Amino acid sequence: MTTDLRPSRNGPPPPSPAKADPGPRRTWRARLARLDVKGAPYAFISPFYIVFLIFGAFPLLFTLWVSLHDWELASGTRDFVGLDNYDYLLTDADFWHATVNTIGIFMIATVPQLLLALMIANALNRRMRVPTLFRIGMVAPLVTSTAAVAIVFTQMFDQDWGMINWFLGLFGVDAIAWSSSRGWSWVAIAVMVDWRWTGYNALIYLAAMQAIPKDLYEAAAIDGASRIRQFWQITVPMLRPTIIFTVIISTIGGLQLFTEPVLFSIHTPNKMEGGPLHQFQTITMYMYDNAFYSDRYGYGATVAWALFVMIIVFSLINFLAVRRTGGTK
Amino acid sequence: MTTLLAGPGRRPAGKHAAAPAGRFRGLWNASPLTYLTLLVALFLSIFPIYWMIAMATRTNDVVADVPPPLLPGGNGGGNIERLFNNPDAFFAKGLLNSVIASGVVTVTTVFFASLAGFAFAKLRFRGKNGLLLVIIATMMIPVQMGIIPLYMIMVELGWQNQLQAVIVPFLVTGFGVFMMRQYAEQAVPDELIEAARVDGCTTFGIYWRVVLPALRPAAGVLGLFTFMQTWNEFMWPLAVLNPDNPTVQLSINNLANAHFQDYTLMFAGTSVAVLPLLIVFIIFGRQIIGGIMEGAVKA
Repeated sequence: MTTDLRPSRNGPPPPSPAKADPGPRRTWRARLARLDVKGAPYAFISPFYIVFLIFGAFPLLFTLWVSLHDWELASGTRDFVGLDNYDYLLTDADFWHATVNTIGIFMIATVPQLLLALMIANALNRRMRVPTLFRIGMVAPLVTSTAAVAIVFTQMFDQDWGMINWFLGLFGVDAIAWSSSRGWSWVAIAVMVDWRWTGYNALIYLAAMQAIPKDLYEAAAIDGASRIRQFWQITVPMLRPTIIFTVIISTIGGLQLFTEPVLFSIHTPNKMEGGPLHQFQTITMYMYDNAFYSDRYGYGATVAWALFVMIIVFSLINFLAVRRTGGTK
Repeated sequence: MTTLLAGPGRRPAGKHAAAPAGRFRGLWNASPLTYLTLLVALFLSIFPIYWMIAMATRTNDVVADVPPPLLPGGNGGGNIERLFNNPDAFFAKGLLNSVIASGVVTVTTVFFASLAGFAFAKLRFRGKNGLLLVIIATMMIPVQMGIIPLYMIMVELGWQNQLQAVIVPFLVTGFGVFMMRQYAEQAVPDELIEAARVDGCTTFGIYWRVVLPALRPAAGVLGLFTFMQTWNEFMWPLAVLNPDNPTVQLSINNLANAHFQDYTLMFAGTSVAVLPLLIVFIIFGRQIIGGIMEGAVKA
């Protein structure tokens, strides 16, 4: 970048050489300067749009196009089949099975996660010793990798000699079949998700709690409201926008759940099946299985679009539900 | 959207409750129950990480012991040696690939996002609001959505199993642009930009000499999180890279896929895969906390 271009706008008149020869050179510089002022913003923002158009927008629309085909990469098949894939999707028991799994895991994970996060944030919001230590400790799980977490927890959840069944056994609980039972496998995967994200959500809540005016609580204390009452009647309503934000973020993440269940299916040959009975196969795994393992890219794309629509619908439902419940109080 | 960066969390962490007056003091002090809650949460947060590292230093004959082994052993070096010599994991290559991919993506994301963020916050141009809306909308679109055609693009380009396939699509994110824009708006005074212009700076010169230094704190947080995110990416590398040219996450997946499950080897792998992030975290823990509390991270 040359810096000797003198922008004309607001700039001082160019020094002596320009005075001696005011003609073409000055206009040339002025033009460049104008080009700089006008063009630079577009140049600066263009990298994002170029990357997004090629690798974001185009794939999204192209997914729609692919979903209207019988599309195989190995054989080169590309037969236009219209809405056949969508037709099939509606009656595809495997797809709906995966949908139930995904929503089940998502519910089991999200509800306790956000409640725990609220509790922890409320505790972190007190004046205490070593607050930074506690905060850093809460988000340590975030910096571990998802794949690593899944591998470690899969060992902990092992039915025969995993640490969790051993621990429960101390209280007389029989060994739980964490991976072969449908419901328990959902719980195990939800625990992995929650372990990673609870602290993150707690910090987000904490940030919002710190912005709540303290005199609200003092007034409530004068009126004799207990801490628990203050929590439900002041803290939670004041946090409503933040809660909506975390619910939507959790929804988007939860419906796309992939890494944890893939690595949880440690004893099955096809890791995308989510166990021998597909007991914890999520929608994303089903999409991946269809496209990349079975070479049914057309149908995989259909599943991807169904997931996208589902994410939007769920985000809207959550948004409305949280707003409604907050509004009535 | 307002929760993303506006409003909450503007107060510096740890300085809340500026000594409430007299009789309300007790309202804000942590009770023993508070400490108990936090200690339990802290234990649950840290224990799996501790246990992973402890198991990475044991030998395989103790993994099935009852009660389960909890203390570290003396076989850490041996396990790491086996890890790098393992013929299925391609662990050294995976580490190198991850360092390159995460490093490149981090640098380009911070550069392009701060450049665009500066333009959106401080420059005047036609169509600005509409273009910004597009960016916000893209933040809602999950990346995985386009994974199938993305793969087809890579096939067309001949980038299957090439490292650039996990780099180029992620050179800059809408989230990064939006975050830098929010920060630039309040961190860079307009007068400073005008002064630089009067002094004869080009627009890029203004960015390089005035804006970028002022954006450094936000750029640091964005860089940290971009690095973490790229390092942890699993699904897309799994789709486009082969097991013999992995990222570090795929390397540990290779270990987990082996017919004979070598547990201490897997734990050594996960420990080494997590270690760079843990080091970053220990050095920049405060900034990461600040970043999350200002809404700088996307889940």
